[in-house]
Amino acid sequence: MRNMAGQVAEYHCPGCGYVYDESLGDDHEGYPPGMPFAELPDDFVCPACSVRYKEDFVSAKPA
Amino acid sequence: MYLAIETPDNGPVTYRDNKRWFWLLSLVNPLIPFVGIAGQVATGSALWLLAPLGLMFLMGPLLDWLFGEDENNPPEVLVPQLEKDTYYRILTYLTVPLHFVVFFGCAIWVGTQDLPWWGFLSLTVAVGFADGFAINTGHELGHKRTRLETTLAKIVLAVPAYGHFWIEHNRGHHRDVATPEDPASSRMGESIYKFARREIPGAFHRAWMIEHERLCRKKVPVWSFNNEILQSYLLTAVMQIGLVATFGWIMIPFLVIHNFFAWWVLTSANYIEHYGLLRNTQEDGRYERCQPYHSWNANHKYSNLLLFHLQRHSDHHANPTRRYQSLRHFDGLPSLPSGYYGMYIVAYIPWLWYKMMDPRLLALPHIDGDLKSINVDPHERQRLYAEYGRASG
Repeated sequence: MRNMAGQVAEYHCPGCGYVYDESLGDDHEGYPPGMPFAELPDDFVCPACSVRYKEDFVSAKPA
Repeated sequence: MYLAIETPDNGPVTYRDNKRWFWLLSLVNPLIPFVGIAGQVATGSALWLLAPLGLMFLMGPLLDWLFGEDENNPPEVLVPQLEKDTYYRILTYLTVPLHFVVFFGCAIWVGTQDLPWWGFLSLTVAVGFADGFAINTGHELGHKRTRLETTLAKIVLAVPAYGHFWIEHNRGHHRDVATPEDPASSRMGESIYKFARREIPGAFHRAWMIEHERLCRKKVPVWSFNNEILQSYLLTAVMQIGLVATFGWIMIPFLVIHNFFAWWVLTSANYIEHYGLLRNTQEDGRYERCQPYHSWNANHKYSNLLLFHLQRHSDHHANPTRRYQSLRHFDGLPSLPSGYYGMYIVAYIPWLWYKMMDPRLLALPHIDGDLKSINVDPHERQRLYAEYGRASG
Protein backbone atom coordinates (compact mmCIF):
# COMPACT_ATOMS: atom_id res chain seq x y z
CA MET A 1 0.00 0.00 0.00
CA ARG A 2 1.18 3.55 -0.74
CA ASN A 3 0.33 6.82 0.93
CA MET A 4 -1.04 9.90 -0.83
CA ALA A 5 2.43 11.02 -1.87
CA GLY A 6 2.84 7.71 -3.64
CA GLN A 7 5.35 6.42 -1.09
CA VAL A 8 5.38 2.97 0.41
CA ALA A 9 3.36 3.13 3.60
CA GLU A 10 3.75 -0.35 5.13
CA TYR A 11 6.63 -1.36 7.33
CA HIS A 12 7.27 -4.95 8.37
CA CYS A 13 9.05 -6.36 11.39
CA PRO A 14 11.62 -8.72 9.86
CA GLY A 15 11.43 -10.98 12.90
CA CYS A 16 7.76 -11.69 13.50
CA GLY A 17 5.97 -10.21 10.51
CA TYR A 18 4.10 -7.46 12.36
CA VAL A 19 3.02 -4.79 9.85
CA TYR A 20 2.75 -1.08 10.59
CA ASP A 21 0.40 0.33 7.96
CA GLU A 22 0.49 4.13 8.01
CA SER A 23 -3.06 4.38 6.69
CA LEU A 24 -4.33 2.35 9.68
CA GLY A 25 -1.86 3.32 12.38
CA ASP A 26 -2.06 1.05 15.41
CA ASP A 27 -5.08 1.78 17.56
CA HIS A 28 -4.07 -0.49 20.42
CA GLU A 29 -0.67 1.18 20.70
CA GLY A 30 -2.13 4.66 20.38
CA TYR A 31 -0.79 5.53 16.93
CA PRO A 32 -3.68 7.12 14.95
CA PRO A 33 -4.53 6.34 11.30
CA GLY A 34 -2.31 8.33 8.97
CA MET A 35 0.61 8.58 11.39
CA PRO A 36 3.80 8.23 9.33
CA PHE A 37 6.24 5.54 10.38
CA ALA A 38 8.96 8.19 10.54
CA GLU A 39 7.05 9.97 13.31
CA LEU A 40 6.92 6.96 15.59
CA PRO A 41 9.15 7.43 18.66
CA ASP A 42 12.85 6.76 18.16
CA ASP A 43 12.71 4.10 20.86
CA PHE A 44 9.83 2.32 19.10
CA VAL A 45 10.19 -1.45 19.28
CA CYS A 46 8.00 -3.97 17.49
CA PRO A 47 4.69 -4.10 19.43
CA ALA A 48 4.33 -7.81 18.68
CA CYS A 49 7.76 -9.25 19.51
CA SER A 50 9.73 -6.41 21.16
CA VAL A 51 12.89 -7.85 19.61
CA ARG A 52 13.33 -5.53 16.61
CA TYR A 53 14.01 -1.82 16.81
CA LYS A 54 12.48 0.86 14.59
CA GLU A 55 15.52 0.90 12.30
CA ASP A 56 15.15 -2.86 11.72
CA PHE A 57 11.75 -2.45 10.07
CA VAL A 58 11.66 -2.85 6.30
CA SER A 59 9.31 -1.01 4.00
CA ALA A 60 7.13 -3.05 1.67
CA LYS A 61 8.50 -3.36 -1.84
CA PRO A 62 6.65 -1.24 -4.45
CA ALA A 63 3.93 -3.22 -6.18
CA MET B 1 -0.08 -37.55 12.70
CA TYR B 2 2.31 -36.82 9.85
CA LEU B 3 2.89 -33.44 8.29
CA ALA B 4 4.16 -33.40 4.73
CA ILE B 5 5.14 -30.93 2.06
CA GLU B 6 6.68 -31.16 -1.39
CA THR B 7 9.69 -28.88 -1.78
CA PRO B 8 11.36 -27.99 -5.08
CA ASP B 9 14.89 -28.55 -3.76
CA ASN B 10 14.58 -31.47 -1.36
CA GLY B 11 11.47 -33.29 -2.59
CA PRO B 12 8.96 -34.49 0.00
CA VAL B 13 9.60 -33.45 3.61
CA THR B 14 7.67 -35.20 6.37
CA TYR B 15 7.53 -34.75 10.13
CA ARG B 16 5.84 -36.49 13.01
CA ASP B 17 5.79 -34.75 16.40
CA ASN B 18 6.83 -37.50 18.81
CA LYS B 19 5.65 -35.36 21.70
CA ARG B 20 2.22 -34.66 20.22
CA TRP B 21 0.12 -36.65 22.71
CA PHE B 22 2.56 -36.13 25.55
CA TRP B 23 1.66 -32.43 25.47
CA LEU B 24 -1.53 -33.54 27.25
CA LEU B 25 0.67 -33.62 30.37
CA SER B 26 0.36 -29.84 30.43
CA LEU B 27 -3.28 -30.39 31.43
CA VAL B 28 -2.26 -32.61 34.34
CA ASN B 29 0.19 -30.11 35.77
CA PRO B 30 -2.34 -27.60 37.17
CA LEU B 31 -4.30 -30.44 38.77
CA ILE B 32 -1.50 -31.80 40.97
CA PRO B 33 -2.82 -30.18 44.22
CA PHE B 34 -5.97 -32.29 43.84
CA VAL B 35 -3.85 -35.39 44.48
CA GLY B 36 -3.54 -34.24 48.09
CA ILE B 37 -7.27 -33.69 48.52
CA ALA B 38 -8.18 -36.94 46.77
CA GLY B 39 -5.74 -38.84 48.98
CA GLN B 40 -7.17 -37.27 52.13
CA VAL B 41 -10.72 -38.08 51.04
CA ALA B 42 -9.81 -41.68 50.23
CA THR B 43 -7.74 -42.44 53.34
CA GLY B 44 -8.79 -39.84 55.89
CA SER B 45 -5.14 -38.94 56.44
CA ALA B 46 -4.05 -35.30 56.16
CA LEU B 47 -0.54 -36.56 55.39
CA TRP B 48 -1.71 -36.74 51.79
CA LEU B 49 -1.69 -32.94 51.71
CA LEU B 50 2.11 -33.14 51.63
CA ALA B 51 2.00 -35.18 48.42
CA PRO B 52 1.50 -32.39 45.84
CA LEU B 53 4.70 -30.54 46.78
CA GLY B 54 6.55 -33.83 46.79
CA LEU B 55 5.21 -34.67 43.35
CA MET B 56 6.26 -31.30 41.98
CA PHE B 57 9.75 -31.10 43.40
CA LEU B 58 10.82 -34.73 43.65
CA MET B 59 9.07 -36.15 40.60
CA GLY B 60 10.09 -33.20 38.42
CA PRO B 61 13.87 -33.62 38.65
CA LEU B 62 13.53 -37.42 38.84
CA LEU B 63 11.47 -37.71 35.65
CA ASP B 64 13.73 -35.23 33.89
CA TRP B 65 16.65 -37.47 34.78
CA LEU B 66 14.74 -40.61 33.79
CA PHE B 67 13.37 -39.45 30.43
CA GLY B 68 16.40 -37.36 29.52
CA GLU B 69 16.68 -34.78 26.81
CA ASP B 70 15.10 -34.29 23.42
CA GLU B 71 16.83 -32.36 20.66
CA ASN B 72 14.20 -33.01 18.01
CA ASN B 73 13.22 -30.02 15.85
CA PRO B 74 10.44 -29.71 13.28
CA PRO B 75 11.67 -28.99 9.73
CA GLU B 76 11.37 -25.26 9.21
CA VAL B 77 9.41 -25.73 6.01
CA LEU B 78 6.66 -27.51 7.96
CA VAL B 79 6.43 -25.01 10.81
CA PRO B 80 3.54 -23.07 9.22
CA GLN B 81 1.50 -26.32 9.11
CA LEU B 82 2.49 -27.19 12.66
CA GLU B 83 1.46 -23.76 13.92
CA LYS B 84 -1.93 -24.01 12.17
CA ASP B 85 -2.74 -27.29 13.92
CA THR B 86 -5.45 -26.22 16.39
CA TYR B 87 -4.80 -29.21 18.69
CA TYR B 88 -1.79 -27.47 20.22
CA ARG B 89 -3.54 -24.22 20.93
CA ILE B 90 -6.62 -25.96 22.36
CA LEU B 91 -4.36 -27.38 25.07
CA THR B 92 -3.32 -23.87 26.08
CA TYR B 93 -6.98 -22.79 26.08
CA LEU B 94 -7.96 -25.75 28.30
CA THR B 95 -5.34 -25.03 30.94
CA VAL B 96 -7.04 -21.67 31.60
CA PRO B 97 -10.23 -23.06 33.23
CA LEU B 98 -8.20 -25.76 34.97
CA HIS B 99 -6.30 -23.12 36.93
CA PHE B 100 -9.61 -21.64 38.11
CA VAL B 101 -10.92 -25.09 39.06
CA VAL B 102 -7.84 -25.90 41.12
CA PHE B 103 -7.75 -22.47 42.76
CA PHE B 104 -11.39 -22.55 43.81
CA GLY B 105 -11.38 -26.27 44.57
CA CYS B 106 -8.50 -25.93 47.01
CA ALA B 107 -9.89 -22.69 48.47
CA ILE B 108 -13.19 -24.46 49.19
CA TRP B 109 -11.34 -27.41 50.77
CA VAL B 110 -9.25 -25.11 52.98
CA GLY B 111 -12.31 -23.01 53.80
CA THR B 112 -14.57 -25.92 54.81
CA GLN B 113 -12.25 -28.53 56.35
CA ASP B 114 -10.56 -28.52 59.72
CA LEU B 115 -6.98 -29.09 58.56
CA PRO B 116 -3.83 -29.27 60.69
CA TRP B 117 -1.66 -26.15 60.21
CA TRP B 118 0.99 -28.08 58.29
CA GLY B 119 -1.61 -29.60 55.99
CA PHE B 120 -3.09 -26.17 55.34
CA LEU B 121 0.36 -24.74 54.65
CA SER B 122 1.49 -27.55 52.39
CA LEU B 123 -1.68 -27.54 50.29
CA THR B 124 -1.69 -23.75 50.04
CA VAL B 125 1.95 -23.59 48.94
CA ALA B 126 1.24 -26.35 46.39
CA VAL B 127 -1.73 -24.42 44.94
CA GLY B 128 0.49 -21.35 44.81
CA PHE B 129 3.09 -23.26 42.83
CA ALA B 130 0.43 -24.80 40.56
CA ASP B 131 -1.05 -21.38 39.88
CA GLY B 132 2.44 -20.01 39.31
CA PHE B 133 2.26 -22.15 36.21
CA ALA B 134 -0.80 -20.12 35.24
CA ILE B 135 1.79 -17.44 34.52
CA ASN B 136 3.44 -19.91 32.15
CA THR B 137 0.10 -20.44 30.39
CA GLY B 138 -0.43 -16.67 30.33
CA HIS B 139 3.06 -16.33 28.89
CA GLU B 140 2.37 -18.69 25.99
CA LEU B 141 -1.02 -17.07 25.27
CA GLY B 142 0.10 -13.49 25.85
CA HIS B 143 2.74 -13.66 23.13
CA LYS B 144 0.19 -14.49 20.45
CA ARG B 145 -1.49 -11.97 18.25
CA THR B 146 -5.09 -13.19 18.27
CA ARG B 147 -7.61 -11.36 20.44
CA LEU B 148 -8.83 -14.66 21.91
CA GLU B 149 -5.38 -15.63 23.12
CA THR B 150 -4.46 -12.26 24.62
CA THR B 151 -7.85 -12.13 26.35
CA LEU B 152 -7.32 -15.62 27.79
CA ALA B 153 -3.86 -14.50 28.97
CA LYS B 154 -5.38 -11.63 30.93
CA ILE B 155 -8.01 -13.97 32.39
CA VAL B 156 -5.61 -16.72 33.51
CA LEU B 157 -3.17 -14.18 34.98
CA ALA B 158 -5.95 -13.10 37.34
CA VAL B 159 -5.57 -16.43 39.20
CA PRO B 160 -2.02 -15.73 40.45
CA ALA B 161 -2.91 -12.01 40.88
CA TYR B 162 -0.24 -11.09 38.34
CA GLY B 163 -2.21 -9.29 35.63
CA HIS B 164 0.65 -6.96 34.77
CA PHE B 165 2.81 -9.88 33.63
CA TRP B 166 2.08 -10.01 29.92
CA ILE B 167 2.72 -6.29 29.46
CA GLU B 168 5.84 -6.34 31.61
CA HIS B 169 7.15 -9.48 29.94
CA ASN B 170 6.33 -8.79 26.30
CA ARG B 171 7.14 -5.10 26.18
CA GLY B 172 9.66 -4.81 29.02
CA HIS B 173 11.58 -8.03 29.58
CA HIS B 174 11.90 -8.92 25.90
CA ARG B 175 13.17 -5.40 25.17
CA ASP B 176 15.62 -5.19 28.09
CA VAL B 177 16.57 -8.85 28.56
CA ALA B 178 20.16 -9.63 29.60
CA THR B 179 20.96 -6.04 30.53
CA PRO B 180 21.59 -4.52 33.98
CA GLU B 181 18.39 -2.47 33.49
CA ASP B 182 16.18 -5.56 33.34
CA PRO B 183 14.66 -6.42 36.74
CA ALA B 184 13.76 -9.84 35.28
CA SER B 185 17.35 -10.83 34.37
CA SER B 186 19.47 -12.03 37.28
CA ARG B 187 23.08 -10.97 37.79
CA MET B 188 26.12 -13.06 38.60
CA GLY B 189 26.61 -13.14 42.36
CA GLU B 190 22.97 -12.20 43.04
CA SER B 191 21.09 -14.77 45.12
CA ILE B 192 17.49 -15.56 44.21
CA TYR B 193 16.39 -13.97 47.50
CA LYS B 194 18.08 -10.69 46.60
CA PHE B 195 16.87 -10.97 42.99
CA ALA B 196 13.23 -11.35 44.13
CA ARG B 197 13.39 -8.02 45.95
CA ARG B 198 14.50 -6.34 42.72
CA GLU B 199 12.38 -8.38 40.30
CA ILE B 200 8.91 -8.30 41.87
CA PRO B 201 8.63 -4.50 42.43
CA GLY B 202 10.70 -3.75 39.31
CA ALA B 203 8.39 -5.77 37.08
CA PHE B 204 5.30 -4.07 38.44
CA HIS B 205 6.83 -0.61 38.01
CA ARG B 206 7.96 -1.27 34.42
CA ALA B 207 4.57 -2.73 33.44
CA TRP B 208 2.75 0.27 34.87
CA MET B 209 5.05 2.73 33.08
CA ILE B 210 4.59 0.93 29.74
CA GLU B 211 0.81 0.86 30.11
CA HIS B 212 0.80 4.47 31.29
CA GLU B 213 2.69 5.56 28.14
CA ARG B 214 0.33 3.59 25.88
CA LEU B 215 -2.79 5.06 27.45
CA CYS B 216 -1.33 8.59 27.29
CA ARG B 217 -0.77 8.11 23.55
CA LYS B 218 -4.39 7.03 23.24
CA LYS B 219 -5.44 10.02 25.34
CA VAL B 220 -7.51 7.93 27.75
CA PRO B 221 -7.28 7.98 31.56
CA VAL B 222 -4.84 5.56 33.16
CA TRP B 223 -7.40 4.74 35.85
CA SER B 224 -9.99 3.37 33.46
CA PHE B 225 -11.21 0.05 32.08
CA ASN B 226 -8.92 0.60 29.10
CA ASN B 227 -6.00 -0.17 31.41
CA GLU B 228 -5.17 -3.81 30.61
CA ILE B 229 -3.42 -4.29 33.94
CA LEU B 230 -6.48 -3.15 35.86
CA GLN B 231 -8.75 -5.39 33.77
CA SER B 232 -6.96 -8.47 35.08
CA TYR B 233 -6.64 -7.07 38.61
CA LEU B 234 -10.38 -6.45 38.70
CA LEU B 235 -11.05 -10.13 38.07
CA THR B 236 -8.51 -11.02 40.78
CA ALA B 237 -10.22 -8.66 43.24
CA VAL B 238 -13.67 -10.12 42.55
CA MET B 239 -12.39 -13.68 43.06
CA GLN B 240 -10.31 -13.06 46.15
CA ILE B 241 -12.73 -10.70 47.94
CA GLY B 242 -15.50 -13.17 47.11
CA LEU B 243 -13.55 -15.99 48.81
CA VAL B 244 -12.95 -13.91 51.95
CA ALA B 245 -16.62 -12.93 52.06
CA THR B 246 -17.68 -16.58 51.69
CA PHE B 247 -15.21 -18.43 53.91
CA GLY B 248 -13.99 -15.76 56.31
CA TRP B 249 -10.57 -14.97 57.78
CA ILE B 250 -8.99 -18.31 56.83
CA MET B 251 -8.89 -17.05 53.26
CA ILE B 252 -6.51 -14.22 54.20
CA PRO B 253 -3.47 -16.46 54.91
CA PHE B 254 -4.55 -18.77 52.08
CA LEU B 255 -4.55 -15.95 49.53
CA VAL B 256 -1.40 -14.25 50.82
CA ILE B 257 0.58 -17.51 50.74
CA HIS B 258 -0.97 -18.60 47.42
CA ASN B 259 -0.22 -15.32 45.70
CA PHE B 260 3.33 -15.14 47.03
CA PHE B 261 4.27 -18.64 45.90
CA ALA B 262 2.62 -18.13 42.50
CA TRP B 263 4.82 -15.06 42.03
CA TRP B 264 7.78 -17.01 43.39
CA VAL B 265 7.45 -19.54 40.55
CA LEU B 266 7.92 -16.73 38.05
CA THR B 267 10.81 -15.31 40.08
CA SER B 268 12.42 -18.75 40.01
CA ALA B 269 12.06 -19.04 36.25
CA ASN B 270 13.33 -15.52 35.62
CA TYR B 271 16.28 -16.15 37.94
CA ILE B 272 17.58 -19.12 35.99
CA GLU B 273 16.73 -18.06 32.44
CA HIS B 274 19.36 -15.34 31.94
CA TYR B 275 21.69 -15.60 34.97
CA GLY B 276 24.76 -13.43 34.39
CA LEU B 277 24.24 -13.11 30.63
CA LEU B 278 24.89 -9.67 29.13
CA ARG B 279 24.21 -8.02 25.79
CA ASN B 280 27.07 -5.82 24.53
CA THR B 281 26.62 -2.09 24.07
CA GLN B 282 26.85 -0.99 20.43
CA GLU B 283 28.66 2.11 19.15
CA ASP B 284 25.33 3.97 19.01
CA GLY B 285 24.89 3.37 22.73
CA ARG B 286 22.07 0.85 22.35
CA TYR B 287 22.33 -2.77 23.32
CA GLU B 288 22.96 -5.35 20.63
CA ARG B 289 19.88 -7.36 19.60
CA CYS B 290 19.17 -10.31 21.85
CA GLN B 291 21.23 -13.26 20.61
CA PRO B 292 20.65 -16.98 21.20
CA TYR B 293 23.54 -17.06 23.71
CA HIS B 294 21.70 -14.59 25.95
CA SER B 295 19.43 -17.29 27.43
CA TRP B 296 19.97 -20.51 29.35
CA ASN B 297 18.27 -23.57 27.88
CA ALA B 298 17.17 -27.05 28.89
CA ASN B 299 16.01 -29.81 26.60
CA HIS B 300 14.65 -32.09 29.28
CA LYS B 301 11.51 -33.78 28.01
CA TYR B 302 9.34 -33.96 31.11
CA SER B 303 9.71 -30.37 32.29
CA ASN B 304 9.44 -29.05 28.73
CA LEU B 305 6.13 -30.87 28.33
CA LEU B 306 4.79 -29.30 31.52
CA LEU B 307 6.06 -25.85 30.60
CA PHE B 308 5.09 -25.52 26.92
CA HIS B 309 8.75 -25.68 25.81
CA LEU B 310 9.62 -22.62 27.90
CA GLN B 311 13.06 -24.11 28.44
CA ARG B 312 13.92 -23.73 24.76
CA HIS B 313 14.40 -20.17 25.81
CA SER B 314 16.88 -18.90 23.22
CA ASP B 315 14.53 -19.59 20.35
CA HIS B 316 11.69 -18.04 22.34
CA HIS B 317 13.62 -14.78 22.76
CA ALA B 318 14.67 -14.74 19.11
CA ASN B 319 11.12 -15.48 17.95
CA PRO B 320 8.69 -14.60 20.76
CA THR B 321 5.55 -15.11 18.71
CA ARG B 322 6.56 -18.65 17.63
CA ARG B 323 4.18 -21.25 19.09
CA TYR B 324 5.46 -23.68 21.70
CA GLN B 325 5.28 -26.76 19.49
CA SER B 326 7.66 -25.12 16.98
CA LEU B 327 10.39 -23.92 19.35
CA ARG B 328 13.78 -25.33 18.44
CA HIS B 329 16.90 -26.70 20.05
CA PHE B 330 20.24 -25.37 18.79
CA ASP B 331 23.67 -26.80 19.50
CA GLY B 332 26.26 -24.80 21.40
CA LEU B 333 23.86 -22.63 23.41
CA PRO B 334 24.10 -21.96 27.17
CA SER B 335 22.65 -25.10 28.74
CA LEU B 336 21.40 -25.82 32.24
CA PRO B 337 22.47 -29.11 33.81
CA SER B 338 18.86 -30.01 34.64
CA GLY B 339 15.32 -28.96 33.77
CA TYR B 340 13.72 -26.03 35.57
CA TYR B 341 12.34 -28.11 38.47
CA GLY B 342 15.81 -29.33 39.41
CA MET B 343 17.36 -25.92 38.85
CA TYR B 344 14.72 -24.22 41.01
CA ILE B 345 15.88 -26.33 43.96
CA VAL B 346 19.51 -25.50 43.22
CA ALA B 347 18.65 -21.78 42.98
CA TYR B 348 17.06 -21.90 46.44
CA ILE B 349 20.48 -22.90 47.87
CA PRO B 350 22.65 -19.94 46.73
CA TRP B 351 26.09 -21.43 47.48
CA LEU B 352 25.18 -24.52 45.47
CA TRP B 353 23.84 -22.38 42.61
CA TYR B 354 27.07 -20.35 42.44
CA LYS B 355 29.17 -23.50 42.61
CA MET B 356 27.24 -25.08 39.76
CA MET B 357 26.52 -22.08 37.54
CA ASP B 358 29.40 -19.58 37.91
CA PRO B 359 32.02 -21.85 36.29
CA ARG B 360 29.47 -22.77 33.60
CA LEU B 361 28.81 -19.08 32.93
CA LEU B 362 32.51 -18.18 32.74
CA ALA B 363 33.15 -21.09 30.37
CA LEU B 364 30.63 -19.97 27.73
CA PRO B 365 32.46 -19.40 24.41
CA HIS B 366 31.33 -15.79 24.00
CA ILE B 367 32.46 -14.98 27.57
CA ASP B 368 35.64 -17.07 27.77
CA GLY B 369 36.35 -16.10 31.38
CA ASP B 370 35.95 -12.35 30.80
CA LEU B 371 33.92 -10.82 33.63
CA LYS B 372 33.41 -7.68 31.53
CA SER B 373 31.11 -9.78 29.32
CA ILE B 374 28.96 -10.80 32.29
CA ASN B 375 26.01 -9.06 33.96
CA VAL B 376 27.61 -8.84 37.43
CA ASP B 377 25.87 -7.74 40.63
CA PRO B 378 27.60 -4.39 41.35
CA HIS B 379 27.70 -5.17 45.07
CA GLU B 380 29.54 -8.42 44.38
CA ARG B 381 31.84 -7.03 41.69
CA GLN B 382 34.90 -6.66 43.91
CA ARG B 383 34.59 -10.15 45.35
CA LEU B 384 33.97 -11.76 41.97
CA TYR B 385 36.89 -9.94 40.34
CA ALA B 386 39.10 -11.05 43.22
CA GLU B 387 37.88 -14.62 42.82
CA TYR B 388 37.79 -14.90 39.03
CA GLY B 389 39.89 -11.91 37.99
CA ARG B 390 42.82 -14.04 36.86
CA ALA B 391 40.57 -15.82 34.43
CA SER B 392 39.17 -12.51 33.20
CA GLY B 393 42.58 -11.39 32.01
